Amino acid sequence: MRISKYILGAVTAASFATGAYAQVEIQWWHAMGGANGERVDKIAADFNASQSDYVVVPSYKGNYTETMTAAVAAFRAHEQPDIVQVFEVGTATMMAAKGAVYPITELMADTGTPFDQSVYLPAVVSYYQTPDGDLLSMPFNSSTPVLWYNKDAFKKAGIENPPSTWDELNADAQKLLDSGMTCGYSFGWQSWVMIENYSAWHNLPIGTRENGFAGTDTEFTFNNDAVVNRLQSVADSQAKGIFKYGGRRGDSLSLFTSGECGMWMNSSAYYGSIKSQAEFDFGQTMLPLDTDVADAPQNSIIGGATLWVLRGQPEDHYKGVAAFMKYLSQPEVQAWWHQETGYVPITTAAADLSREQGFYEENPGTDTAIKELSLNPPTPNSRGLRFGNFVQIRDIINEEMEALWAGDKTAREAMDTAVERGNALLAKFARANR
Amino acid sequence: MIENRPLVTALAYLTLILGVGIVAFPIWITFVAATHDAVRMTQVPLPLWPGDQFFANLKTVLFEGVGGRNATPVWLMMTNSLIMAMMIAVGKIVISLMSAFAIVYFRFPFRMGFFWMIFITLMLPVEVRILPTFEVVSNLNMLNSYWGMTVPLIASATATFMFRQVFLTIPDEMLEAARVDGAGPMRFFWDILIPLSRTNIAALFVILFIYGWNQYLWPLLITTDSGYFTVVMGMKQMLDSAEQAPEWHLIMMTALMAMLPPIIVVLSMQKMFVKGLTETEK
Amino acid sequence: MLKRVHFGPSLLPFLLVAPQIAVTLVFFMWPAGQALYQSFLIQDAFGFSTEFVWFENFQILFEDQYYLASFQRTAIFSLSVAVMAMGFALVLAAMVDRIVKGVMAFQTLLIWPYAVAPVVAGALWVFMFDPTLGIFAYALNTIGYDWNHKLNGNEAMLLVVLAATWKQIAYNFLFFVAAIQSIPKSLIEAAAIDGAGPMRRFWTIIFPLITPTSFFLLVVNIVYAFFDTFGIIHAITQGGPAKATEILVYKVYNDGFIGLDLGGSAAQSVILMAIVIVITVIQFRFIERKVEY
Repeated sequence: MRISKYILGAVTAASFATGAYAQVEIQWWHAMGGANGERVDKIAADFNASQSDYVVVPSYKGNYTETMTAAVAAFRAHEQPDIVQVFEVGTATMMAAKGAVYPITELMADTGTPFDQSVYLPAVVSYYQTPDGDLLSMPFNSSTPVLWYNKDAFKKAGIENPPSTWDELNADAQKLLDSGMTCGYSFGWQSWVMIENYSAWHNLPIGTRENGFAGTDTEFTFNNDAVVNRLQSVADSQAKGIFKYGGRRGDSLSLFTSGECGMWMNSSAYYGSIKSQAEFDFGQTMLPLDTDVADAPQNSIIGGATLWVLRGQPEDHYKGVAAFMKYLSQPEVQAWWHQETGYVPITTAAADLSREQGFYEENPGTDTAIKELSLNPPTPNSRGLRFGNFVQIRDIINEEMEALWAGDKTAREAMDTAVERGNALLAKFARANR
Repeated sequence: MIENRPLVTALAYLTLILGVGIVAFPIWITFVAATHDAVRMTQVPLPLWPGDQFFANLKTVLFEGVGGRNATPVWLMMTNSLIMAMMIAVGKIVISLMSAFAIVYFRFPFRMGFFWMIFITLMLPVEVRILPTFEVVSNLNMLNSYWGMTVPLIASATATFMFRQVFLTIPDEMLEAARVDGAGPMRFFWDILIPLSRTNIAALFVILFIYGWNQYLWPLLITTDSGYFTVVMGMKQMLDSAEQAPEWHLIMMTALMAMLPPIIVVLSMQKMFVKGLTETEK
Repeated sequence: MLKRVHFGPSLLPFLLVAPQIAVTLVFFMWPAGQALYQSFLIQDAFGFSTEFVWFENFQILFEDQYYLASFQRTAIFSLSVAVMAMGFALVLAAMVDRIVKGVMAFQTLLIWPYAVAPVVAGALWVFMFDPTLGIFAYALNTIGYDWNHKLNGNEAMLLVVLAATWKQIAYNFLFFVAAIQSIPKSLIEAAAIDGAGPMRRFWTIIFPLITPTSFFLLVVNIVYAFFDTFGIIHAITQGGPAKATEILVYKVYNDGFIGLDLGGSAAQSVILMAIVIVITVIQFRFIERKVEY
């Protein structure tokens, strides 16, 4: 019965497609699997239903790197999609390919679509702007790291408030251990959380030339004392069980949801997963402050991905793409996406709408990410980063940090090597994109 | 049996049972994981005995698909895998039989040149030359098609080489006798060579079916239309979607679905497969 | 090579080889040529700026300690897989030879991992050894060993070796069984009458007589470990932690696909192709010689 229903559906869809062949088809490659993939499909379906000129066709192309590589390979073969979702660290690579990408500001102007950039959250769009303030790509799923904590475990250990500094974090982790837990905290996406965001949070640069925004002739500087001392202290605390390493990406999520670790630093976008898996009461709070380094936090930077428009399509496609981008930015769409996924809304209006709808009251802590991002106006150190070959460089940082956690290197050695190896790749990128 | 030593025989059985246990354990774990629900799969320690969610998971996976890859249901992915595996197996067997026949039974100019050209492709996996191959396929407008998914993978010498070995073992008298009967080359090919190579064709079919079914990176790169997704690539994609925890119960159910058809092919053709494989390749 | 009795030259053989040659030219030679050309270039990902640099990509590679380390790692990995898969298979094959009942049943139960896709096999093993959830990681934890292949390079290597071995046992097993069965029973019986026990008979008669099969399998297993394990590594470790499991074929993929360093990746492809050609020639010579007796 299910099969016949499916076939019936396919036949109906096919007949619709032929009936409306005049519609312009817009290909959208994305990297959202699982439940978020379904939400992507819903956004596209809603947009398609809202007008009759264009059909947006989303295709899941694997994880972020697979999606980006597929788009690059397709572009070289002149088979590129109209829109591709690229993660934040691919920004420099995309941006350097001037003939391949169609900047959003330019697209909107060329297609005569009214476009007001000031409605977007500054901390979100600043990552993707040119020095002149033009928007290169449309933020889609943006998140920022937060500190997740197990409220039940905190209660049991007699901790009243979640930690706000690293000293408190360590003390609370110790209390959790004393109450019988085997692990205090863990984190994932370690380069993003512990180096990129740690630096922004304390207003430190991670590289020269305004973190690469001002040019490709840049070098890394994250082997500074602040980062090195913090990482060394984290590594040292492994012995007592205060910190436990659980993998490069989100793999350590299960450490938190299984109740093994009482705290977890990672993307706010894990909200949906934690909610469905954790059998305890949990909360989220801002990242801890390193009081040795700064007196107050600056702001965090985003992660996640944006939608890039690729050149080389017929003109009528771009009208549709512009209309879709416009649709995507509507408060209702953004608020829904934000509340469903835990990604931050990209416009101020969507955040306001969520507040009006009472979402933050019903789900305390869900506005943590927005608070972190909009804590202060971004500085050159906290606007984001733009380094070429950064996908590989993150792998290098991962490798060196793993060597640190495994006790093979000190934090100083690990960071020095990471900077040295990273600089070699930066030089290579600068050369290939001369 | 040469002599009767019950202790040694018992030891042999014990070792074998242990060996089977080791080999089968991963599959058992997969099956068990596929019978539980999402919450149970995040609770340590994981179960060793099946739960009651097998049919619920099976239904979800087969007909609804996992997540939003336009919710391609697994039965559709399995159909694609089947088409891909069949096209690769049949296509490769046909062209290899022909070229091996030419190389072994004919004297003609550039014979050795052709042989080495084919031979050099032996064992060089697609992963190594994937980007340029992708460009070629897209230049030929073969993206998102079963042809694009299969033909480039047919460019490999394994089968040609195997048939060459088989043909070399066929006694010369066969051809002499055929000639006496006045049979031409194609007649000889059809009436004598093909029937004599039946076991090897069957063995090769099993090998190539598995090879085709198990492809991952190639279909991933050249299909953008979810209507062409294969089950192996679908399973891998479930493993690492962005900012999501893996849904192990569904992933393992899909893994089970991805394993089943090739295992059925191997087991149902076991005798011919084993015979054809071990008799020609050694 | 050519049959002593054969057909003379005509158009027919050309027609017969044509499909395979066409496919080989279009989908193998052309891309391989492209890869060769690409290996002399430094190019950005999208192909807008191109610089012809002769052998600089190769020079960079051979000065790169990580590339050289990858060679060593590939050797360790391939040998471990070959030795383990063959050893395990040989033990089982010798045991099957001892028993009378249930030979087919055991064979059936032992061969099917051969049919499992590398990526799927990887998924199974990574699931069983997941440091937080995995059943084996849990078991190890209860006896006081903290398994974490995401951090410990040796554990990661062990895990990919195990998964790759698991998949290859079936293949080796079939060949060993066939080889042992082809040994004349009279030889074994004669030794038994002389009073040689099962162990002794194995080492003095069976083992030497199956050497050709063992050597053939060694080559096949090494080639398997070199190339066909991509999916396993991709699903389990992605080459990590700290490149501990980044074998050559994975590095080609990683630098080309993830890093979009097309020139460097193409140079590695060319080196791999050269290795393959050498292995092929060695194997070819060996098989050719065997066919003669």
